[in-house]
Amino acid sequence: MLPDLPAERLVAQLQTMLRIRRFEEELIRLADDHAVGHFHVYIGQEVTGVPALALLEDGDVAYTTHRNHGHLIARGADPARLMAEILGKATGTNRGKGGTLHLASAEHGFPTTSASVGGPLPIAVGSAFAFKELGRDRVSVCLFGDGALEEGAWHEAVNIAAYRSLPVIFLCENNSLEALGQKANEYPSSTLAVRRLTDLVRPFSVPAVAIDGSDAAAVHGQMKKAVRRARRGGGPSFIETWTVRWPGSRPIWPALVTGETDVAYAWDEGRMPDEHRDWFGTQDGLLRFLRELLEAGHVDRAWVQAIDGEARSEMASAVRYALDSPYPVPEEALEDVFA
Amino acid sequence: MPEMRYVDAIRTALDQAMQTDPSVVLLGEDLTVGGPFGVTRGLAERYGEWRVRNTPISEGTVVGLAVGAALAGLRPVVEIMFVDFLTLAMDQLVNHAAKLHYMSGGQLRVPLTIRAQYGAVGGFGAHHSQSLEAWLVHVPGLKVVAPATPADAKGLLEAAIGDDNPVIFLEHRGLYFGRGEVPDGIEVPIGRAAIRRQGDDVTIVAIGRLVGSALEAAAALAADGIEAQVIDPRSLLPLDLPAIVESVRRTGRLVVVHEAVEMGGMGGEIAASVQAQAHDVLRAPIVRVGAPFAPVPAAPELEQAFVPSVERIAAAVRRVTGRPTVATH
Repeated sequence: MLPDLPAERLVAQLQTMLRIRRFEEELIRLADDHAVGHFHVYIGQEVTGVPALALLEDGDVAYTTHRNHGHLIARGADPARLMAEILGKATGTNRGKGGTLHLASAEHGFPTTSASVGGPLPIAVGSAFAFKELGRDRVSVCLFGDGALEEGAWHEAVNIAAYRSLPVIFLCENNSLEALGQKANEYPSSTLAVRRLTDLVRPFSVPAVAIDGSDAAAVHGQMKKAVRRARRGGGPSFIETWTVRWPGSRPIWPALVTGETDVAYAWDEGRMPDEHRDWFGTQDGLLRFLRELLEAGHVDRAWVQAIDGEARSEMASAVRYALDSPYPVPEEALEDVFA
Repeated sequence: MPEMRYVDAIRTALDQAMQTDPSVVLLGEDLTVGGPFGVTRGLAERYGEWRVRNTPISEGTVVGLAVGAALAGLRPVVEIMFVDFLTLAMDQLVNHAAKLHYMSGGQLRVPLTIRAQYGAVGGFGAHHSQSLEAWLVHVPGLKVVAPATPADAKGLLEAAIGDDNPVIFLEHRGLYFGRGEVPDGIEVPIGRAAIRRQGDDVTIVAIGRLVGSALEAAAALAADGIEAQVIDPRSLLPLDLPAIVESVRRTGRLVVVHEAVEMGGMGGEIAASVQAQAHDVLRAPIVRVGAPFAPVPAAPELEQAFVPSVERIAAAVRRVTGRPTVATH
C-alpha cells in the first residue's frame, strides 16, 4: 500500500529508492574490478529506509550499521562522495578514514556508522538523552539488523531509553526471515531463542510492532507514529520491518546474481529471469512500490524509464568521480587521531 | 593556599566545571548519594538530578550513551566506580569514543571524561583493585591521566572536562583521603610531567600513588648519598617524554615504577622510548618496578607483597647505581 502522502512526495521517494538501487549495483560491479573492502548493500530494503527516514527533520540524527549506504543516500548525502569514501579516496565523506563500514555525514544527521553489531544502540540513546536534557525537540533513530538484538548492549540501551522515556526510535530491519530455511554455507543469521523479536521489547513497556518492510504505507505509518511520540516526550518505540534478504546478499561478498533490476519488470513479468522470478515478482519491495505507484496513476512507464535513466547516469558519474579522485597522502593516516 | 583532600579536589573540579559550563553532566552509578567514596556528594543537591544522573549498572551502555550525548552537545563526565568495570565498556570506549573523530575524517568530536577509581589498597580483591592504564594508552584517540596529588587531581580533571577528546581520568583509591595544597586557580595542562624531587644520580619515574613511595625511597637513598630525581608523568598519554629524556640525559640511569603488572605495562613503554633517544648516555640497564604477574590478591599481607614497596624501589635504584648493598649506618 502507498502511504497517505501527496503524489510528488511518493514519486520523490521512488526516485530515492532507484538511486539507492543503482548506487549499489554500480558498487558491486566496481568491486569486481577494484579493491573494495568487505561491504554490504541495501538492495531489497529501500522501502524501509526511504519512507522511514523521510520523516526526519533537520537536527534529528540517525545511527546505523554496516548496511548503511541506502540510509545515507535517503537523507541526502552525495553519492559521489560516498562512493569515493568506499574506494578510500581523499574526496570521500570521511576523507578516506572510514570506508564503507563507517560512512558518516554529520551535516545529514548521520554522525557515525558503527561496524560493531549493537554498537550504535547506546550512542543513539545517548543523543536522545542529550536532546531531552537540552530541551530540544529532536529525535534520535537507531537502525540495526536482527543480529544486533543478540548483543547485551540492546538490553542495556532499551532499558535506559524506557526508564528515562527518551526520544529514540529503534528501527530493526530484519532481513533474515529466510534464516530458518537456511541452506548449508549460506550466510549465518540471527540466532535468538525468542519466537518474535518484539518479545524482546515488551517487558520494557515500549511500544513494539512488526511490519512488512516492503509495505511503504506500514513503514510510513508506524514511523510517523513513533516520531510523533518521541517529539511529544512519549519515549521510545520499536519497529521491526521484515524484508527478504536479496539473493545477492546471501554470499559473504555481495554479487549481482539476479542481474540488474529492470524497472520494466514492474509491468512486464516476461522479462524477468526465470530463476529470480520469486524475487522480482513478489519479494523486491522497490518493484512493489513502483507497481503501486503505476496502479495509482502517480507515474507512467515512460517517466519511470526516464528517472531511472537519470539515476543510472548519476551513479555512473559518482563512480567516475570516485575513480578519478586522488587517494589521501600517506601522512593523512596520522591526522585527526585527536581533536 | 588552601589544603584539601584528593576527593575534595575532584569534587571541587566537578563543581566548578558544572558551574561554568551548563553542558557538563555527570553520569554514573549511585552518584546522587556521592558514590561509594563520597566524591560527588552534594552535587546533585546543587545542580539537580538531571545534571547528576544515576544510571543503571550498565557500564557499556552508559559510556555509549555519553558518547552519543557528547556528539549531541553535552560534555558528559562518566564515573566508572572501579576501573575494573571499564572492561564492560570496552566496545564503546575503544571502538567508538576513541575512534569517532578519526573515522569521521574530523567531522565529529567526543568531549567525554571518564573518571575511574583504581588501585590495590584495602583488600578489595581482584575485581576492585587493578591498574589498567596500559590497556588504555594502547588505544589511539584516548588520553589518559593519573594524578598523584590533590592539586593535580583538580587541575587535570578541569583540563580533561575542557578537552574535546575522550579523557580517562584515573583516580587512586589509596590517595582519596590524603591532603595536599591546591592553589586557587591552578591549571594543569594534559601532557606535562612534574618534577617531584631534584637529583643527579638516577631518574625515578613513578605513577599515581607510587609517586609517594618513590619520594620515600629517594629520601632513604639520599641518606646513602644517592640523589634521585623523581618524575611524576601525571599524563600517561600524551606522555611528557622530553621531560623524562632530559632527566635521564643528566642522570644516565632510569627506574620506572608503577602499580600495574610489570608485564606489558607503562614501564616497558617508557624504557623503550627512553633508550631509543638516550641509549648513548645510559650507564646501567633501565629497570622496571611493577606488580608481579598475578591478579591482585585480597589478603592484606598478600596485597602488600603485590604492590611495589619503598624497599623494592630503593633496591632497584641501588642496583642501577652500582651500589647494591645497603650502606651500614
